[in-house]
Amino acid sequence: MSRRLPLVPENTEPLPSLKENQGMLAWVSSVDHKQIGLMYLMVTMVFFVVGGLEALLMRIQLSQPEFNFISPEVYNQLFTMHGTTMIFFVVMPFLIGVGVYLVPLMIGARDMAFPRLNALSFWLVVFGGILIYYSFLTQSGAPDMGWFAYSPLSEKPFSLNKGPTYWALGLLATGISSVASGLNNIVTILTMRTPGMTMRRIPLFVWMILVTSFLLIFVIPIIASAFAMMLLDRLLEATFFTPAHGGSAILWQHFFWGFGHPEVYILILPAFGIISEVIPVFSRKPIFGYEFVAGSTVAIGLLSLGVWAHHMFAVGLGDVTNLYFSLASMLIAIPTGVKVLNWVATMWGGKIIFATPMLFATAFIIEFVMGGITGVAIASVPIDWVVTDSYFIVAHFHYVLYGGSMFAIFAGVYYWFPKFTGRMMSETLGKWHFWLTIIGFNMTFFVQHFLGVMGMPRRIYTYQDFPYWGSMNLISTIGAVVLALSVLVFMWNVHVSRKRGKKAGNNPWDAWTLEWAAASPPAVHNFDLVPPVRGRRPLWDLAHPEQPDEPNAKVVD
Amino acid sequence: MEKLGGIFNPSSPEMEALSSLTLYTIVTTVGILLLIVAAMIYIIIAYRKNPDDNQEPYQNFGNLNLEIVWTLIPCAIVAVLFLLTCNTMKVVDPPVGDHEPDIIIIGHQWWWEIRYPKSGVITANELHIPAGKYLLARIESVDVIHDFWVPELGRKIDAIPGHPNHMWIVAGEPGLYIGACAEFCGAQHANMHIRVIAETEEEFKEWEKQELVIPPTPRTGLAGNGAKLFQEKACMNCHTIMGTAAAARVGPNLTHLNDRQTIGAGVLTNTPENLNKWLTNPQKYKQGSLMPNMKLSPTEVEAIVAYLEALK
Ligand code: HEC
Ligand code: HEM
Ligand SMILES: [Cu+2]
Ligand SMILES: [Cu+2]
Repeated sequence: MSRRLPLVPENTEPLPSLKENQGMLAWVSSVDHKQIGLMYLMVTMVFFVVGGLEALLMRIQLSQPEFNFISPEVYNQLFTMHGTTMIFFVVMPFLIGVGVYLVPLMIGARDMAFPRLNALSFWLVVFGGILIYYSFLTQSGAPDMGWFAYSPLSEKPFSLNKGPTYWALGLLATGISSVASGLNNIVTILTMRTPGMTMRRIPLFVWMILVTSFLLIFVIPIIASAFAMMLLDRLLEATFFTPAHGGSAILWQHFFWGFGHPEVYILILPAFGIISEVIPVFSRKPIFGYEFVAGSTVAIGLLSLGVWAHHMFAVGLGDVTNLYFSLASMLIAIPTGVKVLNWVATMWGGKIIFATPMLFATAFIIEFVMGGITGVAIASVPIDWVVTDSYFIVAHFHYVLYGGSMFAIFAGVYYWFPKFTGRMMSETLGKWHFWLTIIGFNMTFFVQHFLGVMGMPRRIYTYQDFPYWGSMNLISTIGAVVLALSVLVFMWNVHVSRKRGKKAGNNPWDAWTLEWAAASPPAVHNFDLVPPVRGRRPLWDLAHPEQPDEPNAKVVD
Repeated sequence: MEKLGGIFNPSSPEMEALSSLTLYTIVTTVGILLLIVAAMIYIIIAYRKNPDDNQEPYQNFGNLNLEIVWTLIPCAIVAVLFLLTCNTMKVVDPPVGDHEPDIIIIGHQWWWEIRYPKSGVITANELHIPAGKYLLARIESVDVIHDFWVPELGRKIDAIPGHPNHMWIVAGEPGLYIGACAEFCGAQHANMHIRVIAETEEEFKEWEKQELVIPPTPRTGLAGNGAKLFQEKACMNCHTIMGTAAAARVGPNLTHLNDRQTIGAGVLTNTPENLNKWLTNPQKYKQGSLMPNMKLSPTEVEAIVAYLEALK
């Protein structure tokens, strides 16, 4: 047999340098879960900056009443692209990306179950994003119908521009990617655990990724079929969602929120996972009530499939329907509350080290509860009638998405950066980042609760000079500038620490899950030898043979 | 200090119920938040690691009784909130029964058509109601989804094509209540205001009578000229003026434009100068509006303004 030259370079080192011959190719062609995970993170970082700039432009436009900074058309494109970007190209791929990086390491596997599928998932996100952003270059501009693209506004003849078509196509691509990652995660977690790593011992982050993955494969097909129908309507004159021709305007909303509500749990469950890893390590205690944290995740996942019409209380579905969805939504508060209390109990009695990851995790609890309590309130139908589609809602979901998901993401980056790169991030810059985020974030979004209940609708490019509206909006805009500054500090920290950070060693935080047994950055094959797993905290058991977590555990080799 | 609007100034029995439920719920839940914050502050102070302490703390894996307690407490809170929800819904949204609507509110991109089927009055963007009286409104849309929202008077309700909704409207006291479209509906969603003008019963009757008057069409002078231009310049393809051939429903009924407070669903106050500006180029004040720039010359604009002002 003749020896063929490999088409792509064989991976021999963890993080091939771009400057090397074929360095770029070594990344682009990679099917290594760690490289793909890192590429996810880098791409989401770029999208985060873009989505953030879009937000900043909107906030400038809203800084004073009747301000003329950007036109209504552009404003509408900006909030549509901002929402779409942040959800589909920042938080979701970030969480999937960290998952792809960490899940195999945490369960002691060599790679994902389907490495090539993994690469396909990643590149579909990239190309989906490019497709959507390409619409800015077309004559008619980017989509401008909002991230939930209600029909018939998103249909012809109300959106003659091509934006919504690019939008649906791009998201269809990322949808395929999400289903593929979901499947990949499920198979990996169910079949590739190292001996001893039973389902009752996998780290909570892995639990959360597992539940999220099931949600992905259940709900993405709903929205994918809705995208397909929307494309048929727009391109081939079908009439699924056009009431003027026998379609239904409300049908789209059922499809959209049937996906959309579970989607918000897709955006928060892995974040819960990150928090459930960080808090125990920095409190120096195991998670309080592991079974309850894992079990409540499953409960949340199941409940989240049956609450979608709480986004449709103003549609007029009838009292019985509304009350069912109201009660179901309120029930989600219970497992969520259980989680929060378990995190608090984990910290209780610990010896807490407030390094940057823990600062973000601690703040996460408070900011997320803030978003959570407004969440329970708006599950009540009459309260929703007051606040839906107002700035109160904008405040609510930024508290859960920024105060929740993004805070967890920052906690995760500070926590695992040493594993990803072999170097620590700067604590000083980290603290600057943290405090600027706290100030900027709360300043931006807290006042919006008041604006909402005072009557300011969301998605408006301008507003009249009603009492206090101008000053509150100005506060919010200043907050957004501070928040932008905080992101700059973060990026700078990543940039300098990557080259000049303190060397990390394998386990700088003295953590207990398997990824910390690998080198930093982990070797291409992850582990030379996976440590024995006889409990939930294999590295604790190694360090404290006199006090193992499960003294009676059978040894499996 | 200026008065806070919206939920802080409930002006109907419905809104009072909504407002108190919302505020009580928020206060209670903020109480819960504060408990958690207090616990966190205590934790941060009491359980911070001392740098020279190298002992690991007591390893506590959980407590079943605690878990049960803190599962049951949120259950109780949810039960109470749900009961309050059911009660408030009854107050806020009384059943419609077999009532015929008193008002039909129709969302258009980006203005509101308002019809009183019982009297035949048709107007736009300004809803006159007699204070203290419950009127049943039917909410519709001719194009995309809008949402009718007057924050001081009550709930939001969507205006959906092919799916009419009903809602009772009442204002406790005479006054002006400003609302807006709350569902994103395209370019000028931000400028789709609604003004509810609550009056005494007599004032309302008087207004209704005035709206039904068919004003004579001026035949001479500037206004007469304007009347002709109105027919020639395609205005009649989109607008209605009672007593003339103009009977289209694409744009607002202009018969009694004089009686309205604003132009363009709230973008300009209704004065002859502003009307002049609007007709010169509506796109300048409401970019994207479905009223095109008709490219009228200044004299034509003046004539049409004179005509519209003369309709009484
Ligand atoms: C293509 C249809 C169309 C034509 C032609 C048209 N209009 Fe309009 N007009 C509208 C629409 C739609 C509005 C509502 C604009 C809005 O508030 O967004 C409107 C609003 C107005 C208003 C403000 C009404 C109010 O209550 O706010 C006036 C006045 C008016 N038009 C006058 C005219 C005159 C005079 C002409 C002819 C020179 C004309 N229009 C031609 C569609 C049209
Ligand atoms: C970087 C700081 C951020 C700022 C200053 C910001 C600001 C804004 C503003 C001004 C709007 C438009 C509100 C409107 O006109 O109705 C908006 C909408 C939105 N934002 Fe953000 N945002 C930020 C971060 C995020 C993040 C991290 C997420 C998600 C993870 C997010 C998700 C959304 C969504 C889903 C919408 C709704 C878009 C729509 O209505 O279609 N935002 N944001
Ligand atoms: Cu939801
Ligand atoms: Cu609207």
